[in-house]
Amino acid sequence: MSTATNTEKRPPLPGHHMVLGETEKLRLDSGVEFGPFTLAYQTYGELNADKSNAILVCHALTGDQYVADEVHPITGKEGWWSEIVGPGKIIDTDKYFVICSNVIGGCLGSSGPKEINPETGKPWGLDFPVITIADMVRAQTMLIDALGIEMLFAVIGGAMGGMQVLEWCKSYPERVYAAAPIATSFRHSAQNIAFHEVGRQAVMADPDWCGGNYLLEGKKPSRGLAVARMTAHITYLSQPALHRKFGRKLQNRGAITYSFDQDFQVESYLRHQGKSFVDRFDANSYLYITRAMDYFDLSLEYDGRLAEAFQGCKTRFCVVSFSSDWCFTTAESRIVAHALNAASCNVSCVEIESDKGHDAFLLDEPDFHMVLSGFIEGAAEGRGLK
Amino acid sequence: MNETASNSAANLAHSDRIRVDLQLIADMIEPGTRVLDIGCGDGELLGYLTRTKKVDGRGLELSNEGVRNCVAQGLPVMQGDADRDLADYPDSAFDYAILSQTLQATQRPKEVLSELLRIGNKAIVSFPNFGHWRARLDLMFKGRMPQNPNLPIMWYETPNIHFCTVLDFVELCKEMNLTIERSMVLNEAGSKLSLGSQTRFSNFLGNQALFMLSK
Repeated sequence: MSTATNTEKRPPLPGHHMVLGETEKLRLDSGVEFGPFTLAYQTYGELNADKSNAILVCHALTGDQYVADEVHPITGKEGWWSEIVGPGKIIDTDKYFVICSNVIGGCLGSSGPKEINPETGKPWGLDFPVITIADMVRAQTMLIDALGIEMLFAVIGGAMGGMQVLEWCKSYPERVYAAAPIATSFRHSAQNIAFHEVGRQAVMADPDWCGGNYLLEGKKPSRGLAVARMTAHITYLSQPALHRKFGRKLQNRGAITYSFDQDFQVESYLRHQGKSFVDRFDANSYLYITRAMDYFDLSLEYDGRLAEAFQGCKTRFCVVSFSSDWCFTTAESRIVAHALNAASCNVSCVEIESDKGHDAFLLDEPDFHMVLSGFIEGAAEGRGLK
Repeated sequence: MNETASNSAANLAHSDRIRVDLQLIADMIEPGTRVLDIGCGDGELLGYLTRTKKVDGRGLELSNEGVRNCVAQGLPVMQGDADRDLADYPDSAFDYAILSQTLQATQRPKEVLSELLRIGNKAIVSFPNFGHWRARLDLMFKGRMPQNPNLPIMWYETPNIHFCTVLDFVELCKEMNLTIERSMVLNEAGSKLSLGSQTRFSNFLGNQALFMLSK
């Protein structure tokens, strides 16, 4: 009877949920007035008396709010940035109040296409409005308002998280003391849009996608979403990193099998990546969030003059890129840094030597950690945080 | 308690001793000003100026390692070089643009100089002086390109491609209508030589030269 029976039965996810936009709705870039809506978020550490020690961590495309949890409620692994965020770590939760919210359009508790549309009582599906990076950030400002925080000490994030960081600094510069956009860009490149389109087509080509209504139909476009993830995953790695890890090694067999079975370890690895991804991610969310990234171009409203986006911005920036990242190249980061320079902003720009590709920002990269740590400490000193 | 306090005071005193020639540059800078250090290396001067003169300092450094070390100390530094990356900065963005021991390594020193004085109200420039008597002796008696502890690299490997003497530099400033606000020459250890105002002597006895320029 109920449509909800077709959605997966899971206990409610742990963490905070805040209903926002009840009195004043969220104005989306598409023109839609959206609300009320929910943001699911996690916090770590304590907000100090003058509310000056808050760090907003923005997650990437397939990330979520469980940035530093010891056990992720779905994957059972530790949070995606446990390397960086935690007690005594670079983003020290003994010192800072860390907030990370699931983006609007996401699928881990925030309003998104798999949640129930209150008007119909059914999952939103493709009726969910198209969202942008600016919409995600606007929703976050409502959460930050609700938490009573005037100015964030820092906004930090990689990839799509970095896009949100830049959007924060463009739209709300007075609310951001320090910003670290990492492995990111001010716009999505044609190549990145192209890869996203491959991913979306894979999802939509899966018959179980059912025109976006799979939740109502009791189906799940797992194969399509897995292929999307497999493709995307390759772009997050580098050619040398992939070859070092797998080479041409065979998967549990002594010789090739003259079949289309997973002969190579790299095939098995990708299949595993795809499979585990569909357990924790919603296919429609994947469409919405990749689209948000594709639409991102901070220089658009300034006719390409990016520096104008940061005019008068007092935020201190640390722009970080990784040498083997071909999704978000150092060249793109340098465009951002040059624009910030041209706007007389306080900017550091560092390229970290790494052969691990885009994913390097999530991995153990001592040089990166040294840089981020120095930047945060320097900013904390400037902000008078003990 | 006291011991900790005196220890940290000692550390501070220790960390705030910088290379003699950099100290001379630092002494030229008014506190609380906006400073761009081009070719800031590991941030020795920039860090010192930030700590002791409370300047709003920025750095530009070619080597990734240098940039990393600077940012890790909390200094705002970006990777880039004097030839290519000064164009982005707006006019008069800084009170001082410092180019220490780097001019001779640039592709187009003249353009770099004019960029320095576009983005900075004052430029502070230091460079090795090829008019130094020992350089002259090297050429005259040994017939070899000059080498000394400050210029240890062989000609075929050196990043220094545009050498000049103090006289050459003064001539260039004249040609570019730049005002020499201050000038001094330093010995090999980087200490200031007191030679009066005779450029000819400075050019003969100075191992390095240090100028403050304005338009």
